[in-house]
Amino acid sequence: MGRKVAVVGTGQTYHRSHRPDVTSREMIREAVTSALADADLKIKDIDAVVIGNMDHFESINYVDTYSIEGSGAFMKPIMKVSTGGTTGATVAIAAYYHAASGLFDRVLAVGFEKNSESDTTGAIITCSDPIWDRFSYSGAIPSLATEATAYMEQYGATQEDAALVGERDRNHALNNPYAHLQRPLTVKDIMASPMLAYPIKLGDICPRSDGACAMILAADGIAQKTASRPAWFKAVSVRHTYTWFGDSTDYNKGLVSMQQASQEAYARAGIRSPVDELDVAELYLPYTWAGLKWIEDLGLCGRGEAARFVGDKNTHMGGKLPINPSGGVISTNCIGATAMLRVAEAAIQVMGKGGKRQVPEAKNALATGFGGCFWTDVVILSSERP
Amino acid sequence: MSADNQKPERLEATFAFPMLYEWSIGLYGSRFFQEIMNNKRFIGIKCPGCGKIYVPPRRVCGPCFKELTELVPLSDTGVLTAFSVVNYPFIDPNTGSRRPIPYTYGYIQLDGADNIFSHIINETDLSRIKVGMKVRAVFKDRAEMKGNIEDIKYFELIR
Amino acid sequence: MDKAAIVGVAQTRYERRKKDQIFADMVFDVTRAALDDAGLTINDIDSVVTCSNDFYDGRTISGMAVGDAAGGMDKNISTVSGDGTFGAFYGLMRVLSGYKATIVVAHYKGSEGDVKITTNGMFDPIFHRFLGIEAISAAALQANAYMNLYGLTEEQFAEVSVKNHGNALNNPYAQLAMKITVADVMNSKKIADPLKLFDCCPISDGAAAIIIAGEEIAARSKKKPVWIKGVAHCCESYLLGDRDLAKPVALSEAARKAYAMAGIKNPLREIDVAEILEAFSYMEPLWLEGLGFCKPGEGATLIGKGVTGMGGRLPVNPSGGALSANPILVAGLARLIEATLQVRGEAGARQVDKVNTALAQGFNGPCGQSHCVWIIGGKK
Repeated sequence: MGRKVAVVGTGQTYHRSHRPDVTSREMIREAVTSALADADLKIKDIDAVVIGNMDHFESINYVDTYSIEGSGAFMKPIMKVSTGGTTGATVAIAAYYHAASGLFDRVLAVGFEKNSESDTTGAIITCSDPIWDRFSYSGAIPSLATEATAYMEQYGATQEDAALVGERDRNHALNNPYAHLQRPLTVKDIMASPMLAYPIKLGDICPRSDGACAMILAADGIAQKTASRPAWFKAVSVRHTYTWFGDSTDYNKGLVSMQQASQEAYARAGIRSPVDELDVAELYLPYTWAGLKWIEDLGLCGRGEAARFVGDKNTHMGGKLPINPSGGVISTNCIGATAMLRVAEAAIQVMGKGGKRQVPEAKNALATGFGGCFWTDVVILSSERP
Repeated sequence: MSADNQKPERLEATFAFPMLYEWSIGLYGSRFFQEIMNNKRFIGIKCPGCGKIYVPPRRVCGPCFKELTELVPLSDTGVLTAFSVVNYPFIDPNTGSRRPIPYTYGYIQLDGADNIFSHIINETDLSRIKVGMKVRAVFKDRAEMKGNIEDIKYFELIR
Repeated sequence: MDKAAIVGVAQTRYERRKKDQIFADMVFDVTRAALDDAGLTINDIDSVVTCSNDFYDGRTISGMAVGDAAGGMDKNISTVSGDGTFGAFYGLMRVLSGYKATIVVAHYKGSEGDVKITTNGMFDPIFHRFLGIEAISAAALQANAYMNLYGLTEEQFAEVSVKNHGNALNNPYAQLAMKITVADVMNSKKIADPLKLFDCCPISDGAAAIIIAGEEIAARSKKKPVWIKGVAHCCESYLLGDRDLAKPVALSEAARKAYAMAGIKNPLREIDVAEILEAFSYMEPLWLEGLGFCKPGEGATLIGKGVTGMGGRLPVNPSGGALSANPILVAGLARLIEATLQVRGEAGARQVDKVNTALAQGFNGPCGQSHCVWIIGGKK
């Protein structure tokens, strides 16, 4: 088996809708500098770099080689991995394997996006199959809208039930100085916001943000010397199960990739009852219904029970399992960084560096990434060395 | 040189050139469009492992990792399993200009198929469209067909 | 090292246009062929790495198109956006982290996009892209800088083209197998001075797959396992103006690390064959220098003396190299596959005598900005 690995530092930019003051490279540098400072390391201490984004959002081919001045990978190994919305987690997981393999001791992971630099929906549409789907596809919102419609049909959940997820995350964001949207939003506000694609309204979905996130991972033996309270990887699991949009839509089965990836991750981490054993979760919830349906797929509550589980404030700060203390994706969404922010925020919680958004005594944290063709990445971090 | 870096306006560079691509459609994709052009008929492909019938037809069944070869005829009717009336403006990468809105994007389970085919539904009035409704494909005239996804004009609701 | 081995390989024939196949078709073919080569089934594979590029494929999340075809259903899968040598590196790390076997696939269809536009996308969007610079004109700059520094001639580069296209006659997968002369190269159409048509790789379609496994699977694979002795990659500066294009420093650093892992002190003596990614003729001597097979500036002399010919001390690109087929991303994986076939002794008409240790190299970015070097061998 591979070596044990921990997160020893994280960094992120102050996320905004538009960062005209910096290029992508300069924005990456902000996150990298901040992660190095957090870990009290210098760039010369880094043995390898992993980076990811979505090419067509900034229209830069080979961002690995483009990023050098920002990512600090000059005369170092740098690898690019890219898997759509899951990219940030995919990058963090690739960095994990870099260290676990024994080939590298300290690895820097970087995710970024400047969504302001292109038409986000136009760019997302290019992820659909050019022969079959691109003509009718209109970006992430309708496929999520179709999922939401099916969920409401199946379990009788209401638009208000979903809106509470948005209210929760947007309120949590007030505790996070890095969050993009720092204006509270209530269920009433969300219900009154313009309808984009039934039943999704403007208040139900993530914004588009400019931002970058960086993490530093270190192998066993080095991690303990680098951080006083490293966030150990207990499990990583990935399911990018579907190639065709039309194969991924048996809504009665739920989000299959998330069920499979989380079950594998729980098994690897020795977790039997996630809701009891986890202390905090940073979930890639790009729209409010995900905060209902997908927490069922993660086994945090039973089928059809999410509306009540969330309604009873189990997932608010102070609840049984706080979800998205950072404000989540609904508050900040720089796509190539979004899933990494989940892993980084989970690490921040485990490392006890959450400031106003800290969940007291958080030991075990769950992070997810979502994207592609209903794909899921899962990471479980812990203050306990596995 | 002024040492003041705070004041200058930040400039932007614009890239607005088309990127051209010529994608292969493959054997079964070509058969699919030819069948529509010649017979206004859908075809799917059956997995010898799990028996699932996929549309559009393709060479491999993901779960079974088996080669698919058996094309099967499908109906031009199906059931709407999910839909969305798209109301927000965006640039259509197919054309480089705005796609007309509103339009309805639908997931259709074609009769005889086990997965979902996606296309446009010619109904944008939310009060008139529901999940579970029957739909039927409406094709272009033969002379206008080009062997692509737009040979199917849209799906109409069967009331 | 010696903890992981290459146990299965496969590649398509490389062609100018595979109109009958979509990406998934090519990947499905090589995935099954690599499994057959290894005597494994998809159930023996617990990790999948695909290599693709959104620009080249004209599709965001380009990996999505080939997940099923690579056998990625219900498995831990990821996508490296870069050359196959880097994808294989990720595959190796996964095996070293505990997976039993990773299949690494790469696909590319140069016929479907406009490679001038897509490689123009490699360059800085603010300062350079508007100049129209792309892979070929950047390579021409590098060739020019290299010639100028050491007083090299176009004829010296032409010898690489003659050798590699000739070698390709022995490779059934090659796209451009040709018996040509230095004069033919010199008289071929000017593309971007000093590069002429026969100094440049063709536009190619193709796919390749490789299976990297730990000791348990290696012990029961059908073919003799080829052990990974050393591997490293390294990246230098981005802006061409920040680099000395005549000195491949990132390649030297990657080679230094890979040799150290493999315990190689004198590469020219200890390595029996090299498959390197020479998308343009001048790259072969330049990369040979970076790889430490000779001193800086002496790469062309090494080639001129016949050292890198089929009968030489270090045959380079018995397959015909990237000059004979350059499906980008796949090209580096093809080098690693060809090196594997050489170690196995299965390279057919292009087999080099008594190969114990082989080198493969690939790169990402303009003018070889980021290189990956592999050392593999038949004995543990």
